[in-house]
Amino acid sequence: MTTHSPTLIWLLLGITATGTWLFRLSFIALLGRISTIPDLAMRILKLIPAAVLAAILAPSLTHAGGAFDLGSERFIAGMIAAVVAWRTKNVLATIGVGMGLLWALQALA
Amino acid sequence: MPGPMQHPPDGRGPFVTGLVDLVPVLVGVFPFGLIAGIAAVDAGLGSIQAYATSPMVFAGAAQLAMMDLIARDAAPIVIVATALVINARFVMYSAALAPAFRELGPIRKAYGAFVITDQSFAVSVVRFDRIDEPLADRFAYFMGASLGLWGTWQISSLTGVILGAELPAEWSLDFAIPLVFMALLFPAIKDRGTTIAAITAAVAAVALVSLPLNLGLLVATGIGLVAGAIWGRE
Repeated sequence: MTTHSPTLIWLLLGITATGTWLFRLSFIALLGRISTIPDLAMRILKLIPAAVLAAILAPSLTHAGGAFDLGSERFIAGMIAAVVAWRTKNVLATIGVGMGLLWALQALA
Repeated sequence: MPGPMQHPPDGRGPFVTGLVDLVPVLVGVFPFGLIAGIAAVDAGLGSIQAYATSPMVFAGAAQLAMMDLIARDAAPIVIVATALVINARFVMYSAALAPAFRELGPIRKAYGAFVITDQSFAVSVVRFDRIDEPLADRFAYFMGASLGLWGTWQISSLTGVILGAELPAEWSLDFAIPLVFMALLFPAIKDRGTTIAAITAAVAAVALVSLPLNLGLLVATGIGLVAGAIWGRE
């Protein structure tokens, strides 16, 4: 549960929403003035989803309880769910296997 | 190249065709939206704010990351920066769609851009590349696909907000957040560059987990991007 104030959260939502819309509008609005993305910028943009998702994901498995622990229920369930995500690329199957395993491990503990 | 294509023999207009082309991905979008709604409530947002997030931001991975960081009281600048880094990919989509929408009026450009998503972008560029149709039909197809996703996202996240208040904490449903990121990560790993970026960013994020204000996430992303850009050339 956050201790950030509702006003601050409105501000965060407003800035994110506006910034996201400006990204979406960027080239559609500017075409004619700027026509192509520089090569290096394009290469970095293509890498962003993989880098940022991996950076968010990894500590939530390795530090599930706050400290580094590769034996936690969440790490084990997460690693097996990762194999499912990799092989099937299916959201439902990944969530189903991951949650099911976590519940099973918690029941056994 | 044949002239502008007529509507297909089944009599569907381009709007409905766009909508229908999007249906297969909606199966995956619905649980994702549910989790985004539940995560907003779990993070401690009031119900009005939790409801408002999806119509305002309309970007699943960014919404989920925001809620994850808000729940942990991360620094405001880190919350916004993380969401915007995740959404920077829309600049790429905007550039790819721009030639097809060049002649569109400013109002349609404004609301059309607002509803660009990974999925509606993907089906639209394939269609525009294959079929040479008038601007009005192109825009109708894109809006059909985009609004199909928009509606599904709003309904599923709204359902998540309503359910979120009722679900017991013992169900550990917060674990669904990393699981959704996982299901998004693997399709994003496409080549050498993205593989190196993902592995480097993951290792760096674990190593930097104790940086204050959850800054480790952004620093690790930056390290992953540099590594991918330097060593990722095919």
